[in-house]
Amino acid sequence: MNRPAVDIRGVSMVFAGKRRGETIPTLDNVSAQVPEGQFVCIVGPSGCGKSTLLNIVAGFLAPSAGSVTVEGERVTGPDPRRIFVFQENGVFPWLTVRDNVGFGLLRRAADERARAVAHYIEMVGLTGFEGAYPRELSGGMRQRVEIARALAASPDIIYMDEPFGALDFITRLKMRADLTRIWQTEKKTILFVTHDIEEAVQLGDRVLVMSKRPGRIVDDVTIDLPRPRDLDAPGYLRARDRIFHAMGMSAHLGETAPV
Amino acid sequence: MSATPVHEAVAHAAPDAAAPTAPAAPARLAGERRSQQFLSRYVLPVLVVVFALAAWDAAVRLSGSTLFPRPIEVAAGIGELARQGLLLKYIAASRFRVTWGFTLAVLVGVPLGLFMGWFSWAANALNPIVQALRPISPIAWIPIAILWFGISDAAPVFLIFLASVFPITVSSMAAVSNIQPVYVRAARNFGLSRVQLFRRVIVPATLPQIITGLRIALGIAWLVVVAAEMIAVNSGLGYLIIDARNAGKRYDLVVAGMVMIGAIGLILDILVRRLERFDAVRWGYSRR
Repeated sequence: MNRPAVDIRGVSMVFAGKRRGETIPTLDNVSAQVPEGQFVCIVGPSGCGKSTLLNIVAGFLAPSAGSVTVEGERVTGPDPRRIFVFQENGVFPWLTVRDNVGFGLLRRAADERARAVAHYIEMVGLTGFEGAYPRELSGGMRQRVEIARALAASPDIIYMDEPFGALDFITRLKMRADLTRIWQTEKKTILFVTHDIEEAVQLGDRVLVMSKRPGRIVDDVTIDLPRPRDLDAPGYLRARDRIFHAMGMSAHLGETAPV
Repeated sequence: MSATPVHEAVAHAAPDAAAPTAPAAPARLAGERRSQQFLSRYVLPVLVVVFALAAWDAAVRLSGSTLFPRPIEVAAGIGELARQGLLLKYIAASRFRVTWGFTLAVLVGVPLGLFMGWFSWAANALNPIVQALRPISPIAWIPIAILWFGISDAAPVFLIFLASVFPITVSSMAAVSNIQPVYVRAARNFGLSRVQLFRRVIVPATLPQIITGLRIALGIAWLVVVAAEMIAVNSGLGYLIIDARNAGKRYDLVVAGMVMIGAIGLILDILVRRLERFDAVRWGYSRR
């Protein structure tokens, strides 16, 4: 096997609690390898440490134990070759859509930058809104701006931390379809954290399932289904039910079932 | 008809597919709303001023006071000052002092506040001093201002500086701590250097709150110009007020000075509010 794009080895994380001496074990010996170009979803119950894991992989947090290697280099901090798309939307409200998308491109020549900006604005479907400010856009459009900003920086890897978590159901479905299309054209490695099992199965080549805190990886499900995915296909339902099961729930009742 | 808040109705039309778009109201209704806005925005405050002046006039006449001026006498006093060329001279003198005191306060307060907001050790080191100096009234500094600067423009400039530097520092510091961490993280992700981070993220992210701080500080600067000009200077609106009282109980001129300070304060506030409407900062004021 080639060198994996992301290599997570034995990562544990312990946070200090509010009271003195209290500790909160958040991640417990997590290991995973992500090959280049793969779309990997990390799913788990809220508070399981999946966002913490992504922040460690992206270099925003240092793990208590273990290491993360990306493209052969040990991660010690954030890097413009890997762009993070934030749950709470990191689009800059003082910049227009155009300037936000071009934010990571200031070192490029002006015409090259303008071309890249226009290209990615079109790709996320925001043509015509180049001069708009984020406050004039809906939540879904703001996430599109952030995705375009990430793509425009031409990173090798994109980390996405519940990017559609704050959006309504219909918008979320639309964003998933568009992200799938974009990933198929751009062929980036994507690590996508979500608490939504359906979302994970619809998007990923592979789903890593985490336990509740302290988070461990309890299942690694390959989703070998053609895109766009048929949500009624037996393979889709099987994968979904397997993940529900791995998280200790029944897909039909949503309640805890003995595993 | 509904009482639409003014800011909503005049908010600039966003090209946003998802935001609530205004229903295509008939032109007649839109016109009605515009005229209602005009009434509440311009006609109403003028009516209130006229009413207040009438009440003031009636109160002076009913009380039979001979010293307290009627509005018409104050207006005549302003006219008299204008004819003597003192009005513009005093306004210019006060404006000169406020401009310098305030500008110095901005030049010191904004960088100091940003510095204290960004480095927690700087806040720890300097905050006790700032918070201890802040509650001391500028009037308490008058003897020291005279000691240091004597009879010169520097003394009132110093007092105005002192009055406005602390609100500017404190609001700039708060602006930095209020930056959404996600903006800083996103910027770090794009590999910005410290200088770029400051210029491209810290400054724009803090600007709305800094402008609000400047507006408050400018109000305070005008507030202390009277006290500042009580000492050892012989021009300015503050000087006019004290001088008119001391040299012949000219209360019409006392009130004329007060009116001029109020009017200039109002104009300055309107001008600074204009800054808050710029696109690059408008996001920071949620209700606009």
